[in-house]
Amino acid sequence: MLPDNDLQAIWLTVRLAGIVTAILLLIGTPIAWWLARTKTWWKGPIAAVVALPLVLPPSVLGFYLLLAMGPHGPVGQLTEALGLGRLPFTFWGLVVASVFYSLPFMVQPLQTAFEGIGDRPLEVAATLRASPLDAFFTVAVPLARPGFLTASILTFAHTVGEFGVVLMIGGNVPGVTRVASVQIYDHVEAMEYASAHRLSAVMLVFSFLVLLAIYAWRPGMKKGA
Amino acid sequence: MIKKTLFTLALFIHGISGADEVQVAVAANFSAPMQKIAAEFGKDTGHKVQLAFGATGKFYAQIRNGAPFEILLAADDTTPEKLEKEGACVAGSRFTYAIGKLVLWSSKPRFVDNKGDVLSKGDFKHVSIANPKLAPYGAAAIETLAALKLLDAIQPKFVQGENIAQTHQFVATGNAELGFIALSQVMKEGKILDGSAWMVPDNLHQPIRQDAVLLEKGKGKPAAEALMKYLGSDKARTVIKSFGYAL
Repeated sequence: MLPDNDLQAIWLTVRLAGIVTAILLLIGTPIAWWLARTKTWWKGPIAAVVALPLVLPPSVLGFYLLLAMGPHGPVGQLTEALGLGRLPFTFWGLVVASVFYSLPFMVQPLQTAFEGIGDRPLEVAATLRASPLDAFFTVAVPLARPGFLTASILTFAHTVGEFGVVLMIGGNVPGVTRVASVQIYDHVEAMEYASAHRLSAVMLVFSFLVLLAIYAWRPGMKKGA
Repeated sequence: MIKKTLFTLALFIHGISGADEVQVAVAANFSAPMQKIAAEFGKDTGHKVQLAFGATGKFYAQIRNGAPFEILLAADDTTPEKLEKEGACVAGSRFTYAIGKLVLWSSKPRFVDNKGDVLSKGDFKHVSIANPKLAPYGAAAIETLAALKLLDAIQPKFVQGENIAQTHQFVATGNAELGFIALSQVMKEGKILDGSAWMVPDNLHQPIRQDAVLLEKGKGKPAAEALMKYLGSDKARTVIKSFGYAL
């Protein structure tokens, strides 16, 4: 149904979103946990930094990443010193950029879920001699499961919908950085409207199904919790 | 009532500027010279020039879909020709305002030699080119590499700018070691400002004849017609040549 280059772009997009979601589960969970439990004054500044990608134009993020990851930037010099080469125009460059870009979509739902648990279940766990780590995995994580689901779906979907940042640091390399959104842009710009329509339709259906999944499951989950 | 207010408002705005405005779509390679020309044109005539920069292919799509541009300064001659055939511009208005010069450029001094041998040595990770589907300078870069029989070897190292400005930006930030860009992007007052460059010989690609056309929306507009005339004037041609274009 779809030509090879479109399938390649879709597969690349899915791979990117999957890897970013997995990484953000690892990074975002402790951040969200800390934000939900801490009472220090710099909770505010940290929460603001986490939320920045929500309001920043992708061009700002793309511009800074391009400079930071370049040969004269701090990230670029670090990756080169580690023998990893430079990140722009590579798949892993997109992964790093997307981790920044999608961070709030993982952290915020998780933070809300953790805050919803409250202190009580954890105090009970402590009286039963559960270590904090033990309590986190056996009490907090199961209770926050709907939050994990929402956060993962949102992160995945938001990464799929990424465009501006990829356009700025991707370099449009087929099979490496030419994700579905960029491929559609390319089709539209070249007036290949039929190809643009096909791929756009796939994206539209996908996005609708993702949101449907979130909105349809949520109430049931709440009852279960 | 609303109509009347709008009319008064329009008169008022017209009154303060004292002149017309002209909307111009400009191929990204021509942005530096055009800013200079537009400023001088504004001083000489009192007309105001609104410039939009981008890839020629993109402008074509926008114009065909009703964009409000009155003049197109393309990076090629085929796009204006196509618009002419499709009746989207004023017949007979098309002329070549500049002949583009392709250059292989690196922001590092002495990285690109003056024969372009750096290409066959292959001591680089990324070569930046403009999207050949959209930007004539990208197509010229492909033709050049094909003529040098290096296309297959270098293609895996391509990174594509959406237009020639982004292509230049990839090289200027050092993320791509070198790239095929327009000479006008690195030349000022007849000199290449920094880095190292190889002037691609004209016989390696089709000439980049850059044509201007008066679009349907500019028909009969004094400011648009005046700018078209101004672009062919000696004053404008001197500016154009100082950025490395042939004429």
